[in-house]
Amino acid sequence: MHYGFFILTVAAYGLSFALYLLFLNTGKALTGRLATLLLAGGMVAHYFALLARSRGLHTVPYHDLSGSMSLFGWLLALTYLALEFYHRQRSVGALVLPFVLVFFVAAHLAPADRLSPTEAHGTSFALHVTLSILAYSAFALSFVLSLIFLVEERLLHGHKLRDVVWRLPPLDLLEQMSQSSVLIGLVSFGIGTALGFLWVDRLSHKYSFYDPKYAVTLLLFVSYAVYFRLARTTGWRGARASKLCVLNFLIVFLSFTVVNFYFSPSHRFF
Amino acid sequence: MEIVLVGLNHRTAPVEVRERVSFTAEQARRASEELRSRGLLEETLVLSTCNRSEVYGVPPESSHETAPGLSNFLSEFHSVHIDVLGVSLYHHYDREAVHHLFRVAAGLDSMMLGEAEILGQVREAYRVAHEQGATGPVLNRLFQGALEVGKRVRSETELGARPMSVASAGVRLAERIFGKLHKHAALVLGAGTISEQVIAQLRDRGIARLLVMNRSQERADGLAKQHGGEALRWGDWERALPLADVIVSSVATEEPVLLRDMLERAMAARGNHALFLMDLGLPRNIDAAVGKLYNVYLYNMDDLSDIVEQNRRARESEIPKADGIVDEHVGKFLSWQASVELVGVLEELRSKMREERAEFIRSRVDTLRHLSEADRAHLEKLMDEMLEGLLLAPAQRLRGEKDLRRKIQNVEALRDLFLARRGKP
Repeated sequence: MHYGFFILTVAAYGLSFALYLLFLNTGKALTGRLATLLLAGGMVAHYFALLARSRGLHTVPYHDLSGSMSLFGWLLALTYLALEFYHRQRSVGALVLPFVLVFFVAAHLAPADRLSPTEAHGTSFALHVTLSILAYSAFALSFVLSLIFLVEERLLHGHKLRDVVWRLPPLDLLEQMSQSSVLIGLVSFGIGTALGFLWVDRLSHKYSFYDPKYAVTLLLFVSYAVYFRLARTTGWRGARASKLCVLNFLIVFLSFTVVNFYFSPSHRFF
Repeated sequence: MEIVLVGLNHRTAPVEVRERVSFTAEQARRASEELRSRGLLEETLVLSTCNRSEVYGVPPESSHETAPGLSNFLSEFHSVHIDVLGVSLYHHYDREAVHHLFRVAAGLDSMMLGEAEILGQVREAYRVAHEQGATGPVLNRLFQGALEVGKRVRSETELGARPMSVASAGVRLAERIFGKLHKHAALVLGAGTISEQVIAQLRDRGIARLLVMNRSQERADGLAKQHGGEALRWGDWERALPLADVIVSSVATEEPVLLRDMLERAMAARGNHALFLMDLGLPRNIDAAVGKLYNVYLYNMDDLSDIVEQNRRARESEIPKADGIVDEHVGKFLSWQASVELVGVLEELRSKMREERAEFIRSRVDTLRHLSEADRAHLEKLMDEMLEGLLLAPAQRLRGEKDLRRKIQNVEALRDLFLARRGKP
């Protein structure tokens, strides 16, 4: 049943990506607006795809790898869209949409999960997971923005001005967008983690929790808070802060993959 | 309904001639009035910019016959001998005149390819002429078309997208770093022509704060006052450098004015906020080692000239696309013109046929005496219907003709074959 939504989502994201690319190349406002509209349309279809899948499997979308990746893609698109509206800047859409598309398609191709459901459930748990994935997607966005910053900064510094330099957002704006994204990530991470500890408390009578995920989460929180502080108030602003942001994302990546799969008994796909 | 254009521009006339033949707004109004009152033109519009003076018009007679009269008028109006003026003037008629104007509005005929100002100048010239009542249906349509061409070329091509002067390239680069400049400060070292050009660009792009330093304090004061900036004392680097996000230097000096350690201190004082430096001096004013500092972007004259050259090539590559838009609109205008002409020709033809029919009946009146008045009226009506029927099919075919060239040729042929032609020799 959700195959229709899959096709619709891929088509909308794909077209949106093509239009964002065209916008980056031509700078035509109408093309940019259409790209945004298609992205929003794609998100609606993606939402229904997630909903249909959850109803079909009688579970939340983040219960398995597929749902988790799909939700990550959706929240990445949502975070990007929020930044696009807030900063009134569409030029990076062409560089974000491929990630959204890849996560959505990969989620569709991912194998079905055979693990039993967790004991945690309910609204607070749903919020814990959703906010954590939102934080990951916001950090992913700041990673992409920081990479763009570093490339553009290098081109400008080296006087290697190519066409693309005139199309991309100014360095200052890229920094601001990256910081906004990290701020979204930090806030949702903070709330999400706090909600997670509620469940630790509730389930502590049944399990002993020595989950390495806590240490990684704390490390992530500190790393991004340090980035946020350095990028705004000290001599690290600019390329150094962007490099730190890129490095921080490596921790996110490890937390989302290696730590979840091999070291964390209570965190599987979030 | 022909169009004539007489004018000169930067390609055909040296600046000494161009400045003598340029029109002030008042002169343009007066010239328009005189051209119409003398009966040289029925509709008229004067377009005068620093690089061109052109008179567009719709003549009552053949445009080829009107052109010499327009040349003489320009010679007389500006008191420039026709022998001096004649060699610089160009004359374009109908299609060529339309094509020329559309290229002008697109910025394709400008000294600086794709410059944006020309479209505003065309718009202003049209507004003045329209308000004066000097334009009519033809020039209204023509200039509305020209404005549309200008807008489309600017929005659909990159002809005007990139800066073409060192000053504007530098300021646009600063925007690549800071975004809009309305929250940033610029420090300009030197008070010469280049500094003035950069200041004009910075002001145009909305720089929030402008600081000027020059060895001659008097000139610094004057330049700062002229552009709404602040003059600082030459050599007060500790105060001035940390304030600026953009520093432009164009002073005559043998040794660099800004050294690495000065900028290092300035960067520390400004918390490593990005700093963009334009070194427009020869010899260079800023120590090249400054470019190695963290978050400092240093561009000298050669770097900026390279950008301008790249941009010029990029603009030139857009010419075919812009020409395509021009040609499309020339076609549209000529199609409209041919349709209007067709209506006029058919009307003339119809009227001529009625005259012929009336003359025919008058000449044959003796042979028709046996007919009553009512019969004769009926006969005339039948003949009119027959003539109308004869015209109907060719008129419909002409109206529906898709091939513009063929349509124009057929309208011309119709006029040549059946009407007393007042057109081209």
